[in-house]
Amino acid sequence: MTSRSPLLARLDSPRVLGYLLITPAAIILLGLLAYPLLLGIWLSLTSATIGKPGEFVGLQNYATIFADPIFRGAALFSVFYTICAEVGKLILGLALALLLNQRFRGYRVSRALMLLPWVAPTVLSALAWLWLLDPQFSAVSWLLIRLHLINSNIDFLGSGWAARFSLIVVNIWRGLPYFAIGYLAGLQSISKDLYEAAAIDGANGWQAFCRITWPLLLPLTTILLAFSSIFTLTDFQLIWTITHGGPTDATQVFTTLAYQRAITGGQLGEGAAIAVSPIVFMVVLAVFVVRSVRDR
Amino acid sequence: MSHPDRRRFLELSAAGIGAGALAGGLPGLASAADVVFKPEKDAKLELLRWTAFVPSDQVIWDENTKKFTAATGVPVSIQSLAWGDMAPKAALAAQVGSGPDIIMGWNDDPFVYPDKLVDMTDLVENMGRAHGGWYDNARSYCYDQDVKRWVSLPVGCTGNAVNYRKSWVKEAGFAEFPKDLDGMLKLSRVLKKNGHPTGFALGHAVGDANSWTHWILWAFGGKQANTDNSIAINSAETVNALEYARQLSETMIEGVAGWDDSSNNKAFAGGKIGLTMNGISIWYNGKKDTPDIFPDFANVTPPMGPVKTHTVSNNFTSAFIFKYSKYPNAAKEYMRFMLDKPQAERWVTEMKGYVTPALRAYADLPIWTSDPNITPYRDALASAKYDGYNGKPGKAAAQALDEFVIVDMFADVCVNKMAAKDAARKAETRLATIYKRA
Repeated sequence: MTSRSPLLARLDSPRVLGYLLITPAAIILLGLLAYPLLLGIWLSLTSATIGKPGEFVGLQNYATIFADPIFRGAALFSVFYTICAEVGKLILGLALALLLNQRFRGYRVSRALMLLPWVAPTVLSALAWLWLLDPQFSAVSWLLIRLHLINSNIDFLGSGWAARFSLIVVNIWRGLPYFAIGYLAGLQSISKDLYEAAAIDGANGWQAFCRITWPLLLPLTTILLAFSSIFTLTDFQLIWTITHGGPTDATQVFTTLAYQRAITGGQLGEGAAIAVSPIVFMVVLAVFVVRSVRDR
Repeated sequence: MSHPDRRRFLELSAAGIGAGALAGGLPGLASAADVVFKPEKDAKLELLRWTAFVPSDQVIWDENTKKFTAATGVPVSIQSLAWGDMAPKAALAAQVGSGPDIIMGWNDDPFVYPDKLVDMTDLVENMGRAHGGWYDNARSYCYDQDVKRWVSLPVGCTGNAVNYRKSWVKEAGFAEFPKDLDGMLKLSRVLKKNGHPTGFALGHAVGDANSWTHWILWAFGGKQANTDNSIAINSAETVNALEYARQLSETMIEGVAGWDDSSNNKAFAGGKIGLTMNGISIWYNGKKDTPDIFPDFANVTPPMGPVKTHTVSNNFTSAFIFKYSKYPNAAKEYMRFMLDKPQAERWVTEMKGYVTPALRAYADLPIWTSDPNITPYRDALASAKYDGYNGKPGKAAAQALDEFVIVDMFADVCVNKMAAKDAARKAETRLATIYKRA
């Protein structure tokens, strides 16, 4: 019998091998997630501008942005945008999943087509929506006029609230497949026996949904909602492509304002403070996710 | 100060001896300018420029680049980006200290990171001497008053003019397009009444919204800042400009607050509007896309307001070289070559008015008078003012433009129905914050 080398013997130790195996993942996490995050936080505490590291200024950038009505408007709209879009995506995504959970002719193709808004490049779909929302050449307005439902074109982007709701609709359209496919997977994991037992007990469809489907989808809902909220709160491409934050800054969100201040305006410190500020919301959401996964 | 690594290769008197003869190794570079920069050994260049607005621009630029490479042995790789994406790309290059050697950016871009840019003073001054001097806008957008040097080489502007339908103006009872803003408002009202509204962008359209709002502001004597950079926007002149815009907005088509930079082009070509402001692309696209109504398209220099002088706002483009470039001399020589007479004359001519050169000598090219609709674009720089006028061009003016302060002030009055005085006060507060932090 040959004796094992000391190196192999050390690797046999769970403590050594464990650390060794998580090292690549740790390096990736530290390099691609922790470092940029910490750098962003550090920049937000400095007077850095493009090309100049700046000096440590403490919380001055935060004081500046919280005193800025445009930032406050952007923060409020970011939250409003996220809440409205998430509620819309949840309801419509669940409805779509319930529909696609049925067996009908072409159901496989329908499931594949449903993913299109999610897989299409965001900028391309935003440009298509820009055309659909055009004040003069909107296909939506054209159709509604032809159907004699309206008399003149709808001004989708011409006022603050119209533009805000238009963006929310576009975001719902884009994020719908994420919820639908998630719910579809959830629905298919629910045992048919439960529905059969409920039917024997005389439960109708609505009662079966309320007492079986929804409670069993609730943990999944928490995860879908939390991740999607993070994506929505950090949405940039749709808004920047369609409105550039206008009209009159009505559709500015954290990301567009941070981009405007830091990249095109050169104020890295202030832009970083704007970008870092929604982290509070995201940490709450992340804790929510971790807890719900753990509780499950 | 010049870039420390730059070596002046030779200086020729304008009186006569051909540059090619003296340059020896660079016989193809005979020039009207009296400075030629010797490219570094094994130099190769990367240029990032905005995507050509007209195919002939790219074709001639590429041909001239090949001529440069043939004459110097310096290969030049060219990449293009949509013009609105140039600023973030240039900012990224400045921040990370790596990227293209030369970037052709827009407006105040070079003022955001002047310390990162090669001193262009020698090239700019000599090009100016050789080609009839620079328009005032060149200095406004390329000479940094803080670092006290030229940080960018002026190239020119995509000029703006007022575009209208001749038959509709005639139908409105105007034999010719009004020369002043009062006349234009009267015309606009009749056009609206006749079912041909005007259309001026009031959304966050970088080019179109900024150009017409600044034109109106300056036409009434309004200004963003004083020469000492104190904020001057909240004035009687600004209020008058806003009141005028409010009246003009009543003649506009629905939806201008949601317009981007392509909206007025589409509306004009589609016959939805009878009057707008744009670069010459709106006219050329009509020639190509709507030949049936194209003969009815016309362009005119924007009318004057109470200040009794033309006050055009254009998109100005210039070329800057980053200090991280290993080949600053080659980069300078390339841009000198491209803007020198043998190359630039053809480039400008073939672009048919898309870019108005910042060098005055090129205003004499026959292309500018080949059609009366092109001539207003020749004059775009002669009467232009600059972002942040009458303050100091620089970071603050650049940031105010990026944040659409002037556009939003007009939109507050025209769209949000805010009182002109309140809108001016709001803009004053925003500008004060921006100028303080810059």
